[in-house]
Amino acid sequence: MSEAVVPDAMVSPAVGGLYGEKAGGPMLDFSYVGIDAILEQMRRKAMKQGFELNIMVVGQSGLGKSTLMNTLFKSKVSRKSVLATAQEKIPKTVEIKSISHDIEEKGVRMKLTVIDTPGFGDQINNENCWQPIMKFINDQYEAYLQEEININRKKRIPDSRVHCCIYFIPPTGHCLRPLDVEFMRRLSKVVNIVPVIAKADTLTLEERDFFKKKIREELRANGIDVYPQKEFDEDAEDRMINEKIREMIPFAVVGSDQEYQVNGRRLLGRKTKWGTIEVENIAHCEFAYLRDLLIRTHMQNIKDITSSIHYEMYRVRRLNENNTMVAHANGIPEHHLTAHEM
Amino acid sequence: MVEGMGEGARAVPLSGHVGFDSMPDQLVNKSVNHGFCFNILCVGETGLGKSTLMDTLFNTKFEGEPTQHNQPGVTLKSNTYELQESNVRLKLTVVNTVGFGDQINKEDSYKSIVEFIDAQFEAYLQEELKIKRTLHSYHDTRIHACLYFIAPTGHSLKSLDLVTMKKLDSKVNIIPIIAKSDAISKSELAKFKIKITSELVSNGVQIYQFPTDDESVAEINSTMNSHLPFAVVGSTEEVKIGNKMVKARQYPWGTVQVENETHCDFVKLREMLIRVNMEDLREQTHTRHYELYRRCKLEEMGFKDTDPDSKPFSLQETYEAKRNEFMGELQKKEEEMRQMFVQRVKEKEAELKEAEKELHEKFDRLKKLHQDEKKKLEEKKKTLDDEVNTFKQKKTAAELLQNQAQQAGGSTTLKRDKERKNNPWLCTE
Repeated sequence: MSEAVVPDAMVSPAVGGLYGEKAGGPMLDFSYVGIDAILEQMRRKAMKQGFELNIMVVGQSGLGKSTLMNTLFKSKVSRKSVLATAQEKIPKTVEIKSISHDIEEKGVRMKLTVIDTPGFGDQINNENCWQPIMKFINDQYEAYLQEEININRKKRIPDSRVHCCIYFIPPTGHCLRPLDVEFMRRLSKVVNIVPVIAKADTLTLEERDFFKKKIREELRANGIDVYPQKEFDEDAEDRMINEKIREMIPFAVVGSDQEYQVNGRRLLGRKTKWGTIEVENIAHCEFAYLRDLLIRTHMQNIKDITSSIHYEMYRVRRLNENNTMVAHANGIPEHHLTAHEM
Repeated sequence: MVEGMGEGARAVPLSGHVGFDSMPDQLVNKSVNHGFCFNILCVGETGLGKSTLMDTLFNTKFEGEPTQHNQPGVTLKSNTYELQESNVRLKLTVVNTVGFGDQINKEDSYKSIVEFIDAQFEAYLQEELKIKRTLHSYHDTRIHACLYFIAPTGHSLKSLDLVTMKKLDSKVNIIPIIAKSDAISKSELAKFKIKITSELVSNGVQIYQFPTDDESVAEINSTMNSHLPFAVVGSTEEVKIGNKMVKARQYPWGTVQVENETHCDFVKLREMLIRVNMEDLREQTHTRHYELYRRCKLEEMGFKDTDPDSKPFSLQETYEAKRNEFMGELQKKEEEMRQMFVQRVKEKEAELKEAEKELHEKFDRLKKLHQDEKKKLEEKKKTLDDEVNTFKQKKTAAELLQNQAQQAGGSTTLKRDKERKNNPWLCTE
């Protein structure tokens, strides 16, 4: 039997150099150390710990937010399905309702929290309706920060920070309304915003393309950076993938939790007199792209941007605020304190 | 207003494939892109084969020559290497204790090791407390595993070993190994292991236990736990056995194969350290040892956790406040010292000026004295000169008279001369 003996590589301090092949087992291949087993170890640890995801849905009532959530996660996760209140009264102010679910798929456990904002944009005077939402988001950052600076802190700090905010744009077909622009402008600075065109089955394909182009122009004109943000692209590969996504936002989605028989298969869709709209058919609507972006490919990235960029920005702001307070309390001029900041 | 469903979330069944089962893959991909780091500390006396074992474990030749035995104290030398296997990039840091156990007085040997480990924790803590921090790209230098090399005496642990391990067990994951174990026979080895384990237990040393809570690795980990401490042999030389090249040490009486499990426990060590528990070692370091350090350090600095009513943020606030207080004090002290210094200088200067003045005065006095004396002397000289002059005059006058007298009456003058000559008092020549 001839064994392919890979010669040991010389290691220089700067650049590594052992390339092992994973042959039958440790006894057969001499240059295999087993460093790549750490991937398996990480996977095991992740499966054991489970994941957390917090999604916030914002939009006027009647745009299909709850339905979309149910469609995304293929289960009754929305507020309406959980709270038995039959009356659908539009609240007088913006309320924040957050509901958590434990879902599991193929051994992977996830704690999904859906944060609903009934009452947003529903009043006659909608001034400052984003304020309760911003306060909620900042409160979550604050809670995390408090836990982080505790002396006796928990092993795993519970993460209630809002990872992603899905903003529902009503399908007018023209352009963004001032409320939309105001809200997205303010919130894109503190949270990842994913704008979607709700109830997109009322738009024809041409209307849809026109609408999307208009929206993108307006976002650009107002300096609103929605997810995936251009400035957080890490390398060329990322940029390529994200550019493709950026050309498609906002996704025109249709939600449904009803199944119908189409061509012999049972599919989620909306049945109308003129045809059945298949939710997961990319020729019909862009739900599949949204789902892939949010869940299958970019979920980890969304969480990373929340924790390493948005949260850090909040932390810097908060700690600086405190410094000025401390400075005034001690009578020390502020410029003395900047010495330790780097 | 926030309304939630309470602490426990409800479990909801899914009616189709959602796709978040790709989350572990996403997480792993992110980590692969980011790279891993792992830091090993090797503690043991010089000459126990620490460097060779590292070379053998990672299948490479790390740099460095064997250390001398005459180090004055224990220093720690750390080297970082970048290794890559398939798509995994590992930044490996190996820290060696140089000179451990070589001194005559080994009381302070453990101190530099403890200081080093603490310094790594401190660096991480500083980064974590910074306002603008980059934890994401921070190169973690905290020690994840400490391999403690026990000399193969066959009897028991040395007291240096016990003391050092006791000091380190709350700061780092200790994995004790018996070095150069080909010096011990099989039966002695079993007894040695039992002795070591019992000594560790009786002295309350907490060594790292491989985790047994995850079913997939619980079995293998618990069997390995019973084999601690691992008896290892390291070698980077290859010897032909049969028709294979194996890592081994060749003696006249036989060959010790490193990767043969009946010869030594090297394979077990590699399995445990790298292939099964690397991630757990990193996690334990972060969640247990680092948290303990952080708690102690912050408590030492005088912080307490806030109670729910008090104003939030006391940690950062008090940290800043304390820091500024400290800086203020430092500045004050510096000022004080400077003042004192200036004062002293002035005093000394005044003293010296005084002395100078005195000296000047003295000099003046002496000068005056000197002048006085000189004057007196001059006067005296003058009077003397006057006297001489008058005498000369008298002399010439007398001579003149004498001449006249001689001419007038020679004998009497003669007589007088004789008298004069006989009378010493009158001799003026």
